Amino acid sequence: MKFKVNGDEIFASTGGRPFDKNKPLIIFVHGSGLTHMTWVLQTRYFAFHGYSVLALDLPGHGLSSGKSLKSIEDMADWINSVIDAVGYKEASLVGHSQGCLVTIECTARYPNKIKTLSLMGGAGAIPMNPELLALAENGDPKAVDLMMDWAHGPAGHFGGHPVPGLYHINTGGMLAKSRTIKDTLGVDFRACDNYKNGFEAAKKIKIPTLSILATDDKMCPVKEGKKLANLIEGSKVDIIDNCGHMMLLEEADRVLKVLKNFITTNYPAK
Amino acid sequence: MSDKNKKGTESKTYKFDTLSLHAGYQPHKNAGSRQVPIYQTTSYLFDDVDHAAALFNLERGGHIYSRISNPTVGVLEERVASLEGGTAALATSSGMSAIFLTVMTLCEAGDHLVVSSQLYGGTVNLFRLTLPKFGIKCTFVKPRDTEGFKKAIQKNTKGIFGELVGNPGNELMNMPEIAKIAHDAGIPLIVDATYQTPYLCKPFEHGADIVVHSLTKWMAGHGSSMAGILVEGGNFDWMQNDKFPTMTKPYEGYHGLSFAEEFGPTAFTMKARAEGMRDFGPCLSPQNAWNVLQGIETLSVRMKKHCSNAEEMVKYLLNHESVAWVSHPSVPDHPDHALAKKLLPNGRGSMIAFGIKGGKDAGVAFINNVKLASHLANVGDTRTLVIHPASGTHSQMDEATLKFAGLSHDMIRLSVGIEDIDDIKNDFEIGFRAARKPRLVSNQ
Repeated sequence: MKFKVNGDEIFASTGGRPFDKNKPLIIFVHGSGLTHMTWVLQTRYFAFHGYSVLALDLPGHGLSSGKSLKSIEDMADWINSVIDAVGYKEASLVGHSQGCLVTIECTARYPNKIKTLSLMGGAGAIPMNPELLALAENGDPKAVDLMMDWAHGPAGHFGGHPVPGLYHINTGGMLAKSRTIKDTLGVDFRACDNYKNGFEAAKKIKIPTLSILATDDKMCPVKEGKKLANLIEGSKVDIIDNCGHMMLLEEADRVLKVLKNFITTNYPAK
Repeated sequence: MSDKNKKGTESKTYKFDTLSLHAGYQPHKNAGSRQVPIYQTTSYLFDDVDHAAALFNLERGGHIYSRISNPTVGVLEERVASLEGGTAALATSSGMSAIFLTVMTLCEAGDHLVVSSQLYGGTVNLFRLTLPKFGIKCTFVKPRDTEGFKKAIQKNTKGIFGELVGNPGNELMNMPEIAKIAHDAGIPLIVDATYQTPYLCKPFEHGADIVVHSLTKWMAGHGSSMAGILVEGGNFDWMQNDKFPTMTKPYEGYHGLSFAEEFGPTAFTMKARAEGMRDFGPCLSPQNAWNVLQGIETLSVRMKKHCSNAEEMVKYLLNHESVAWVSHPSVPDHPDHALAKKLLPNGRGSMIAFGIKGGKDAGVAFINNVKLASHLANVGDTRTLVIHPASGTHSQMDEATLKFAGLSHDMIRLSVGIEDIDDIKNDFEIGFRAARKPRLVSNQ
C-alpha cells in the first residue's frame, strides 16, 4: 500500500493481506540499498496469521518516493512517523543489518511505542570497508556484486533458495540495483559508517528483544551480534548454522520459525 | 589502493564452470549426496494444516505437487538462472512449452507481439497459426530489419520475440538495438538463446528481459531428454506503465496478490509458475531434469569443441566444389559477422547452413548417403546432425512463408557434433559424391 510520510509517498508491502488497523502492527525494516522484497518469506506468514504487516521501502528506495535519509537517527525518527502516519500507537519492529541499527535507535528513542524488537544480522556498529563505501558512493555496480558476495555464506553461494527456481545472489543484486546505486546503497553505507550510538542505544532497551545471528555472517559476525545482545536486558539470541548475513532468504524457514515463536509469545495477535 | 587491498575488493562469487557443476544444490540438505538426487515423487508431506496453507498462500517456500515444482527440477532451474545471470527460472517439458508459457504469462486475448520471422518452424506455426486462436496476434519482421521491429509495435503490443541467431538461416537480430526499441516502448524483449547457451552469449547483458531455451539441445547435449526453460533477468519494470495489469494489479487467482509488488525481480517467473504451471501444467520430469543437469556439468567443455569443429567445417565447406554457399557468422563476409563477434565472443555456435549445388535433388541425395551424420529433426546433439529443412523441420510452411523465413530448397542445415573432425569431413565426402550423381545413387 502507499501512504504519505513527511510529504513523501511511501510504499510498504502488507504481506498480501489488506491492512487492518484492528490487528497488531509489525514493521519490517530492510538493509542497505535493499527493498521490502527481502522480507517476502516472513511478512506473508504474519499477514495471514492475525497481524498487520508493513514491509517498508525506505524513502528513495524500491517503490517509495523521496530522497534517501542520510543518518540512522533520521531513519529512526522516520519509523516513528510511519507508526503515526498509519494511525497506530504501538508496533513491533523487525530489522535486518542496517535495519537493526535503525530499529535499535528507534526503540531507544520511543520506548513506549515499540513493544518487541527482532534483530537479524545485527551489530552495535557497522563500520564500512572504505573501498566498498567508495564504490557505492561512486555508483559502481561492483559495490553490489561485492555486497552480495560478502552477504551470502558459503552455502548460499551455491543457491538453494527456499522458493523453487529463484537464485539468491542475482535476485539480491537486482534489488540493490533497482534504483541509482549511489543514491541508495551509497547513502545507506555512509549512514551505517557514521552511526556510533548503537551500543548506548542498546543499553536503554527494556522490551523483549531477539537477535538472530548466523555462523557464516561476515558482515555482522556472531561475536559482534552477541556483544550487542549482551547490552540488552533479557535479550534472546538464536544462532543459525551454515548460513550467512542474508539469513532471511538463505534460511528463510528457520528464521521464520524463530521469529514466529518470539513474536507470537511476546506480542500475540488478538 | 595496494594490490592486497584490490584482491580484498574483488567479488569471489563462483564463475561459469563452477556454477555449471554446483549451482542450485547443497549436499548437506540432501543426506550428503554428492550427486543431485532424483526426487521421483508427485507430492510432498505437509507438517500440519497451517504448513499446507502457508505453502498454498506463498507465505513460505517449498514444494506442494510436482506439476508446480520439484526439488530436482528446482536445482536445474537455479543452475540455469545462475549461468544466465538471471534472478529466477522455470523449467518446462520442452522448449516449445517454455515459449508458450512465456507468451501466456505475458499476454491476454487482444494482445499483440512483434516476432522475428526467422525461427524454428514449430515456433513460426505457434505464432502464426495457434496463438491467433487465443486472440493473440503477431507481426513478423525480418531479423535484420531493426527499424521494422519499431514500426511493427502497436498500442497493444506486449513484447518482442526472436531467436538471437535465426533457425536455420543464421541471420542475427541486433539484440542491443532491438532491446532499446522494446524498452522505449515499455515492453520486454524475449530471446530464444537455444543456439548459444549461456556459454556463448548471456542475453541479459545485451538488454534482453526474458530468455527461453530448449534445454533438449546443447544444454543437455546428448540427445536423450526433452526439456525447456524460461529465465528472468529481473531488470524489467512491470509497473512503469499500465500494459501489464495481470502482473501489477491484484490477481483474483491468488488471494489478490500483485506479483510485481510482492516479488519484483522474480515476478514473471512467480506468475508463470503459480498460474501457468497450475493451469497448463507442462512440467518437466525429475528424471529429465537430472539428465539435463548431467549435460550442463560439461557445457563449456562441449561448447568449445562444438565451436572449433564448426569453424573447421565452415572452412571445409567454403572450399568445396559441391557447395554453392555457406552461412555461418564466423564467415567474414556474413552480413552479421561484426555483430556476431560482439555478441558471441566465445564462439559463433555450431549451426551451419549451406547450399548444395544441384538443388533439392542433390540435397536429398546428400542426406540419404551420409553415414556418420544423423538425419533427424534435432540440433545440439553431441553427434553431428543434418536435415533438409524444406522437406523436414519447415515442411509445414507454404512457398511464400519459406521465402520470408529465408529458406531455400538447396539448403542443408548442419549441427556440428564433437566427433573427430576428419571423420565428419570424410563422411561429407561420401554425401557430396552421391549428390553429384543423385539419380544413380538414389537408385542403388
